Amino acid sequence: MPKFTTCWVTRNKLSALFALHLDYLDLQCEMNLLSIKAVSGIFLFVLLLGVMYNFNTNRTLEPSEKTEGTSVDGCAAKTITFCPEGHLKSPDHLKYKQPSIIHGRTNVVTVTPWLAPVVWEGSFNPNLLDAIYKPKNISIAATVFAVGKYTMFLKDFLETAEQHFFVGFTVHMHVFTDKPKEVPKVKMAAGRKLTVHTVPSADRWQEISARRMEIIQKLIEEELQDNTDYIFCLDVDSKFYDRWGTESLDRLVAVIHPGYYKTNRDVLPYERRPSSKAYIGLGEGDFYYCGGAYGGQVQEVHQLTKTCSENFKDDAKKGIEAAWQEESHLNRYMWINKPTKLLSPEYLWQDFKSKEPEIHTIRFSGVIKNYAAIRPNA
Amino acid sequence: MNSLNFKSVTVIVLLGLLLGVMYTYKTYRVCDPCELTVRSAVTIITHEVHPVSPDHLKYKQPSIINGRKDVVTVTPWLAPVVWEGTFDPDLLNPIYKAQNLSIAASVFAVGKYIKFLRDFLETAELHFFVGFNVHIYVFTDQPKAVPQVKMAAGRQLSVRSVPSAKRWQEISARRMELIQELIEAELHGNNDYIFCLDVDSKFHGHWGVESLGGLVAVIHPGYYKDDRSVFPYERRPLSTAYIAPGEGDFYYCGGAFGGHVGEVQQLAKTCRQNFRDDAEREIEAAWQEESHLNRYMWINKPSKILSPEYLWQDFKSREPEIHIIRFSGVVKNYAEIRPNI
Repeated sequence: MPKFTTCWVTRNKLSALFALHLDYLDLQCEMNLLSIKAVSGIFLFVLLLGVMYNFNTNRTLEPSEKTEGTSVDGCAAKTITFCPEGHLKSPDHLKYKQPSIIHGRTNVVTVTPWLAPVVWEGSFNPNLLDAIYKPKNISIAATVFAVGKYTMFLKDFLETAEQHFFVGFTVHMHVFTDKPKEVPKVKMAAGRKLTVHTVPSADRWQEISARRMEIIQKLIEEELQDNTDYIFCLDVDSKFYDRWGTESLDRLVAVIHPGYYKTNRDVLPYERRPSSKAYIGLGEGDFYYCGGAYGGQVQEVHQLTKTCSENFKDDAKKGIEAAWQEESHLNRYMWINKPTKLLSPEYLWQDFKSKEPEIHTIRFSGVIKNYAAIRPNA
Repeated sequence: MNSLNFKSVTVIVLLGLLLGVMYTYKTYRVCDPCELTVRSAVTIITHEVHPVSPDHLKYKQPSIINGRKDVVTVTPWLAPVVWEGTFDPDLLNPIYKAQNLSIAASVFAVGKYIKFLRDFLETAELHFFVGFNVHIYVFTDQPKAVPQVKMAAGRQLSVRSVPSAKRWQEISARRMELIQELIEAELHGNNDYIFCLDVDSKFHGHWGVESLGGLVAVIHPGYYKDDRSVFPYERRPLSTAYIAPGEGDFYYCGGAFGGHVGEVQQLAKTCRQNFRDDAEREIEAAWQEESHLNRYMWINKPSKILSPEYLWQDFKSREPEIHIIRFSGVVKNYAEIRPNI
């Protein structure tokens, strides 16, 4: 399904056809007059039928059939432009529990001060959302980097993704690795596939982390723009334990880091040196977001990864490496470019953390690991 | 013989061309909002991607643990529900100020309803998108009776004449058509958002950029604690506004709705069409355009919902979860002001 299609104006086509017909009449003026009339009569009659047929079909067309790559409703003219915010269409007669604005998940905050939803278990209806998104025939890409010893995490990542990550939807996993032969064979359901991309090894884990943004940017430019609606960029050293699905879809999606969501903003591990492009000053910043899980519509993620990659390079030229590499740059980006949806820490927990009362389910979580054993450097 | 073959070939070729056009037309579907959004995409592109916030803006730290806990602030399809205390105007205003937006508002003051106009307009000056570009469109059958209200810079008022009507239901029903035509004729390229508001109401509190979204509905103050089986939806399957038992999310107000002009145009056009289809079958939906709006928003989920703070009713006593009343229908004697019962 095309993602950046142009709107096709057929009125021009029909006028051209009519003009063509007139030219034909001029050329043939010396022919038998009766024959010309017969031909013209047949032609115009058929043309009329065609116009009537199209007019009738057009009236029943749903404008929101355009693709998800740009907006939920409407269409985009080109890659760089967007249609206005759309809305979600729900199948008629869908049955689900009555919503309420008084009763529901109220022990947590489910909306940010800029009115982006925060996704927690109990705040959304998965059946309703799946029924909304299924007819849209969306396609979701996921990127994961397994470089050096990190290939050991791939099997669990991929197998648990099969059980929990956008089950029933079209999913394309992109595995970036320096050891393509070590990518495990994991049986994938229909509509799901995996592609292996080879990347160079690195001596420093920080380098691997830093290069991810640029690689994701290039992947979107070269492969995803025209055939993928959403992308999620995920850490490999984590497993899925519960549903991660359509509730996570939006234009620009961030995950709130499990380690800092009750912390005062002045002690969040943002990059604090003003000379860095990732700088966030004291008294600034909304949340601390994960570098290990983020996503959204491909063009939004493209803009994010491109900006972060460029900023990382600008820093490097000045001999600076931000406190948490791309995660610092991502946090800077999302301070200015407010995410349109936040996923609660359910969406990236840490296995070593004990559960907190507001966390009713853990969907994706970093496994316990011995960093000395797996990182190329300290 | 030769000329006969030539003519046949020509006819076949032309038929083939026609079929080709029809096929291409069907493959690349044309949709009305599509054409309009292409025209207007350039003006709305920047603020429809994600909100961009000025650097170094200072405001209270957000939290996902501490905040408004007595109400639900998100729908099951994850559209935000706007309540006092859920949004930060110090953050939202700078975000939207930078976009140089223009907000339209439509209001109908036909027959005796003209008497509500002064209060509506004066209180709008105090509370409705203060500090932003606002264009209020007043539809009335008595243009000379529209009061002169002093408006701040960046705000203006236009009067549009409409015919009187013998039935209030007719006035109510024609609004969708007039709103659709207004958007098509004037708003595209000039206005980003539109709100369609009832005239027999006054503003009492802030109504601002927190209400902006693609498709925005207001939850009716009279039904938000009720079971959906008692919502006054249109219940006859024959009507295009029909919502069956066990279906429907909320009961939304016909007296306040809005969103991006493209979205509201689609809503108004659909409701108008459906109202006509019903009329042809001699059905008038239970609450006219409000019924059609509810039907539309059952299928086309609003991308943002405003709590009943955004359209209360003066005769209702305050409920504990309502911390502020922003816009409210005044107490009125229907017998005095409606042209018919």
